[in-house]
Amino acid sequence: MSFELLFDPLFRVPFATGLLLAAILPLIGMYLRLRNEWLAALAFAQMASAGALVAMVLDGPMLAGGVLAALLAALVKGLLARAGASAYALMMLLAWGGGVLLVANHPLAEQAGHALFDGQLYFTGEAHLLVTALAAVVVLPALAWLSRPLLLARFFPEFYRARGQNERPRLLLFDLLAGLVVALATVSLGVMAAFALVFVPPLFGWRFGRGWRSALVLAALAGMGGYSVAFALSLGLDQPFGPVCASLLVMLIVVTGVKLDRM
Amino acid sequence: MAGDLLLRVAGLRAGYAGPVAGPLDFELRRGEIVGLAGPNGAGKSTLLKALWGGVRVFGGEVHKAPGLQISHQAQGFDDLRGVPLSGHDLLGLTGADPAGLPPWLAGRLGERLDRLSGGQLQFLRLWACLAAPADLVLLDEPTNNLDRAGVAHLADWLGRAHGGQGIVLVSHDHAFIDQVCTRVVEVGA
Repeated sequence: MSFELLFDPLFRVPFATGLLLAAILPLIGMYLRLRNEWLAALAFAQMASAGALVAMVLDGPMLAGGVLAALLAALVKGLLARAGASAYALMMLLAWGGGVLLVANHPLAEQAGHALFDGQLYFTGEAHLLVTALAAVVVLPALAWLSRPLLLARFFPEFYRARGQNERPRLLLFDLLAGLVVALATVSLGVMAAFALVFVPPLFGWRFGRGWRSALVLAALAGMGGYSVAFALSLGLDQPFGPVCASLLVMLIVVTGVKLDRM
Repeated sequence: MAGDLLLRVAGLRAGYAGPVAGPLDFELRRGEIVGLAGPNGAGKSTLLKALWGGVRVFGGEVHKAPGLQISHQAQGFDDLRGVPLSGHDLLGLTGADPAGLPPWLAGRLGERLDRLSGGQLQFLRLWACLAAPADLVLLDEPTNNLDRAGVAHLADWLGRAHGGQGIVLVSHDHAFIDQVCTRVVEVGA
């Protein structure tokens, strides 16, 4: 076991990219959980993965392919709001099937497929960091603006309609932001690590937050903390990042005694 | 003393796939509290929803004052177990002013909603609609799940503090309607 690699400049960009995503993904996850739509994150991640593979096979940029596919999924989800979890499940199956078939039948897709499924953060480059930083500049203020409409849609669903306003555009905007962030995370961290960072840290926020803002802060801190430890462990133990990150986050849930039946 | 006209309802028939309630006729002015009374199944809640567009209108008309702001308190509520929301958060969503809350609730606004009793939570939810910035407040069975202290405080507050608004309420509690409403409109079965 060697942790000297942690201080290697080669890993600074991947670490910074992941840390930024580990702060934003739990915030997206908080609102997805609020809407009982956390499964959508896995659908977005699978779609982003398939899109990235298709882009690579077509000799295009994987980052763009992943983002476009996830944004398409978010748009479909937003427009088919009534289909709910069924739409996410169908998207997941379609994307998973397509992705695995590509990996099995195209030599170029095989290595990239493993990186996406295993979560090899260390291949993340400066382009990922730049795009993620730009996304953060857009997503964080947008989330702050969308927070009230999203909470109102859950607790007072008739609030806007009673005032002659339509809340759907705001909800659709959130879907697109979620799709964008999950896609960036998928091509940087891998499918399941991205999903784990959307799904698990909000459980801390919901369990220990004293109000909505403190829950958001707790979720983001749990995401960044869990990510940082997972990054160090996977590098030091020479293990793929995705499984280490997902397992560590789940263990934290068990150790801290978060009761899932109360959520 | 009657205020300006907020709402004029004429021959209103409303429902979902087809009309299930109405006809309903009444006018509401600022400062008035109109109670919709009638037997179970008469469609009082459906007619209340029709006032803001929550159900289909099959006949008649609902004329609202220009720029009318409506706040609607619906029956039922999401399960709030585990939701990290405080009382301040909930009131902040609708912009409701906490001034006027009963003392037994005002001191607990910083706590999570899932730490409150069912009666306290129902009152807070009601207050989030009642004290939101609005010209017209629609209350659907506001006394449901309230304890006696809650009903008493609500009746007292409606009796003295709602002057800037018009209120339409539906309740199975005839004594409450008689106590707080300035006028009662019967809805036929």
